[in-house]
Amino acid sequence: MMDFQVVVLAGGTAKKLAPLVSKEVPKALLPVANRPVLSYVLELLESSNLKDLIVVVEGEDAALRVGGWISGAYVDRLHVEVAAVPEDVGTAGALRAVAHHLTANDVLIVSGDLVSDVPPGAVAATHRRHGAVVTTLLCYAPVSGPSDTGSSAGKDKVKKSRYNIVGLDPTRQLLLHIAAGAEVEKDIRVQKNILRAVGQLEIRADLMDAHMYAFKRTVLQDVLDQKDTFHSIRQDVLPYLVRTQLRSEISANGLHKVEDNANGRVSSQNYVTWMSQHREIAPSAYQELLALSPRSPENALRTHKCCAYIASKSKYCARLNSIQAFSDINRDVVGEASHLSGYSFSSQNNIIHPSAELGSKTTVGPQCMLAEGSQMGDKCSVKRSIIGRHCRIGSNVKIVNSVVMNHVTIEDGCLVQGSVICSNVHLQERVVLKDCQIGAGYVVTSGSEYKSEPLARK
Amino acid sequence: MDLRRAPRTVIDPKVRQVGFVTPGAAPPPARSHSVATDACSTSPPAPDLSLPGSSISPVMIPPPRHASADGLSSLTRPAAAVHVPASPLRHDTVQIPIGSYNPSEILLGSSPMISPSSRLDAGSEFSDEVPTSAWLSRRGSGKFASSFPASSGEMMAMKTTGGGGGGNTPKSSLTTASVVKTLPGVSEKDGGALIEMQNEGTSKPQKQKTSKAERRAIQEAQRAAKAAAKEAGGVKPSASSGGAIPALKQGKVVKHSPQKKDGPQVTAPVTTSEKKVVDRLPEKDRKKDVPHPRMQFDDKHRVEKAKRRAVVNQSEARNRVELFRHLPQYIHGTQLPDLESKFFQLDPMHPSVCKVGLQYLSGDISGGNARCIAMLLAFKEAIGDYTTPPEKALVRDLTAKISSYVSFLIECRPLSISMGNAIRFLKNRIAKLPHTLSESEAKSSLQSDIDRFINEKIVIADKVIVRHAVTKIRDGDVLLTYGSSSVVEMIFLYAHELGKHFRVVVVDSRPNLEGQALLRRLVAKGLNCTYTHINAISYIMHEVTRVFLGASSVLSNGTVYSRVGTACVAMAAHAFQVPVLICCEAYKFHERVQLDSICSNELGDPDVISMVPGRKYLNHLDNWADNENLQLLNLTYDATPSDYVSMIITDYGMLPPTSVPVIVREYRREHLWI
Repeated sequence: MMDFQVVVLAGGTAKKLAPLVSKEVPKALLPVANRPVLSYVLELLESSNLKDLIVVVEGEDAALRVGGWISGAYVDRLHVEVAAVPEDVGTAGALRAVAHHLTANDVLIVSGDLVSDVPPGAVAATHRRHGAVVTTLLCYAPVSGPSDTGSSAGKDKVKKSRYNIVGLDPTRQLLLHIAAGAEVEKDIRVQKNILRAVGQLEIRADLMDAHMYAFKRTVLQDVLDQKDTFHSIRQDVLPYLVRTQLRSEISANGLHKVEDNANGRVSSQNYVTWMSQHREIAPSAYQELLALSPRSPENALRTHKCCAYIASKSKYCARLNSIQAFSDINRDVVGEASHLSGYSFSSQNNIIHPSAELGSKTTVGPQCMLAEGSQMGDKCSVKRSIIGRHCRIGSNVKIVNSVVMNHVTIEDGCLVQGSVICSNVHLQERVVLKDCQIGAGYVVTSGSEYKSEPLARK
Repeated sequence: MDLRRAPRTVIDPKVRQVGFVTPGAAPPPARSHSVATDACSTSPPAPDLSLPGSSISPVMIPPPRHASADGLSSLTRPAAAVHVPASPLRHDTVQIPIGSYNPSEILLGSSPMISPSSRLDAGSEFSDEVPTSAWLSRRGSGKFASSFPASSGEMMAMKTTGGGGGGNTPKSSLTTASVVKTLPGVSEKDGGALIEMQNEGTSKPQKQKTSKAERRAIQEAQRAAKAAAKEAGGVKPSASSGGAIPALKQGKVVKHSPQKKDGPQVTAPVTTSEKKVVDRLPEKDRKKDVPHPRMQFDDKHRVEKAKRRAVVNQSEARNRVELFRHLPQYIHGTQLPDLESKFFQLDPMHPSVCKVGLQYLSGDISGGNARCIAMLLAFKEAIGDYTTPPEKALVRDLTAKISSYVSFLIECRPLSISMGNAIRFLKNRIAKLPHTLSESEAKSSLQSDIDRFINEKIVIADKVIVRHAVTKIRDGDVLLTYGSSSVVEMIFLYAHELGKHFRVVVVDSRPNLEGQALLRRLVAKGLNCTYTHINAISYIMHEVTRVFLGASSVLSNGTVYSRVGTACVAMAAHAFQVPVLICCEAYKFHERVQLDSICSNELGDPDVISMVPGRKYLNHLDNWADNENLQLLNLTYDATPSDYVSMIITDYGMLPPTSVPVIVREYRREHLWI
């Protein structure tokens, strides 16, 4: 398949999403519009004709569950192999574990929590076109949090960490600087030699690393082998490669030479002269200035390219890596990015399964979803919320901006706002929840009121 | 044409000393222009060679060298006795009628301008290159293949051990969660289905077409029948009219039936097949005569057909320029994202071909040589990965494969003439493969052929051109170049290394501004440069002593087909009596004759014309496509008439534009190694 292999990093039971994920529901199986979040990635890949996948899951149990679900849902459609890695090895560790399975020239690494319609082919094509070592997908992060509620300080923090500080060349194709995670807060340090080589560096803070990477396989394996302290792709491997693009250590080992030969390329010496003479891969000032600088051909070999593909603003791209993101994505998938959900919407712009039962004077607003077998009593109101399968909801219940998973019982007179309610939760009468997350199987006693609290079974 | 010719001959200076002429020699008997060109273009090669002594033969060709030793021998051949004219080309007084040459120009192919010592080091330079290429060809594909089975075997082994991998070792096992039931090669099957689908798609219009032909056949048959009826059966119906009678009957039936398109197919299969055979044969003959027509994009049927086959989704521009309707005019900027998003669906393409296509489309690779090399290297890789499917012949299947790659590349960007030549060469090599070769031998022989082509026809040719051209640069010269030509750049750099003192004027034009990159590189190497845009050409031409230009192709009437603007520069230079030297590798020569740049050209993105870099406020032409009365045209190439070209520097030496047909005729076989 174009000499690409695909690795989906599905994660395990992420602690960040604490009350939502559990042993029974690993992160990859969290429902987004009543479908596991992993299905969005798998279907995105399937639509690009990528049908041979390796899914890496943290933890044996989680791997079993994810594997079980995949084999049920994608029989005859995808050829998926699930690998289990120990927990807390990080993304880099997860890749290390499956590195010996990788044989293709390039590897496409996709995070399992990505909900997007950016074609992976675009990233792969950019990668190939530039002959890059790594290409990352950058996208404009979707609007976070409901606009009507005042965003608290905690949300602000979440918002910030979703963005990256990204340095690009004038053509916006080469990735020259990337700061991830905690580094964002610090001062930006731009390397002088890179700046000199490009002439102009554009620093942007409105782009998010979508965690879809195309790596040159040999380089990736090399970095993972050499730097065994690297824990995360996003925070270690990618910044490392970007940092060292002008004094590449990976190619210093004669690795490039071997590659070139293996590719059936001309011998490296000839290749360099051709490159400089005919500027085979010289779109921007970058290459020219590289050629300019008084380097010997050997030095010229010791550079590699890091590229970025910037998805257009019309594409949806989000990662489910926080609770806020979870409710955002759920909202968007039935809202503005409704083509992702794969459901057909009714004329009221909502999805109500025919088997769902609604009491009298109950209204389900637009951008809502009511899955099969759910029952609602009288005089209920549902706005911009997703309700899972086989829920039983009493009368006079108001659900706004919330996600209710499967088999939830909500008794009369409850008010649920901006909350996430996991499976098998029981809300007794007149419970008021605002911005809460209720873990699976929790029972909220009648009349209680909670605000901005995660609740879970001990 | 005559109108254009007449004044030009008046302007034409009779001064043309281009390196073949010994200064003291007496002018040969004058001949008229037309006679000379006739002799060049139409006379078969035999008479020229049979009259070696006569002074009429315009150019004598050195005996064709052996192909394999080509690159080396051209350099190591003993120095010829041609004296290089030291006088400046510009103020020459020797008058020679155009189109005829001094007998002493004989050594056209071997006019080496280098001193023996420099040639020696040239030889050594090449000698270290030759072994590398030899080493290249030796390197088999075994290396490649060996790594894969081993790892896959490992994978299998891991699979069988089951899910006990976790623990402390980072290596983990894969458990297959879901397998597609159609086991061997899902993707292949899908691809097959796709192709079938496409075939179905394409077969439909054919049905339409046949029905059309049928209708015509029926009409003709009816007419014939009518004529026969008028003659009242006096004459016996000939065999053909006898065949037409059943057609007539069936035709009548068809006429009554309401559905026009599908009806005749069912009712009159016999007649159509007969008629088809009759129709097809002369068409085929005609096709043999015509040298492969280029796609005319105002031919709606063919465009429709091509579109259905196309991989790249192209939408036609709204405001098409009427005069250039025969050229593809697409909306630019939509193709690249579209192709990128379909990257994984381009399965039948080899990845490296795909990569090159993307690079063409995005403009990452531009320039004739770079494009040609990139394409050949991609083909080389594709050939390396090629395996002949069962029950197919390598020669045929590989040719078809290459053709499909080529059509993909054409969709990304129209081929340049040099690439066409290279493709012809490759196909020829495939066709000429001895049947005794095994698959791997055939592949490696093709790969080494490609390497040889790149090395001899491009890399070494460039070096030879540089060495020739450097002799034309003297201290104090002001050299002008236009755009960015790789050969011209090499010439300047080489001359600079030789310690010649000269100044370079880089003339550039919007929208590509390739000259800026050239300027940057030249300045970095310490050359004294002036940069200007083409609108200042007549101003700057006063100080220029020589013009060096690159070319995309040189056509057999001496027309230089090159980056748009070249013709303008050449004309200005001509008006100022500045010699124009075109540097072009001989593999870019083409036997086509072209008089203008309209019939064959490439259209660039019209939007880039309206944008002025650094002047964002100049947005008067925003949304110009909405205005139906406005069409923007961004031509890529233009044709410089040979009258404005003083000399063409090629790997066979320096020659006047009138000798191009000789090179094309004499070296064609050698070029393509036919």
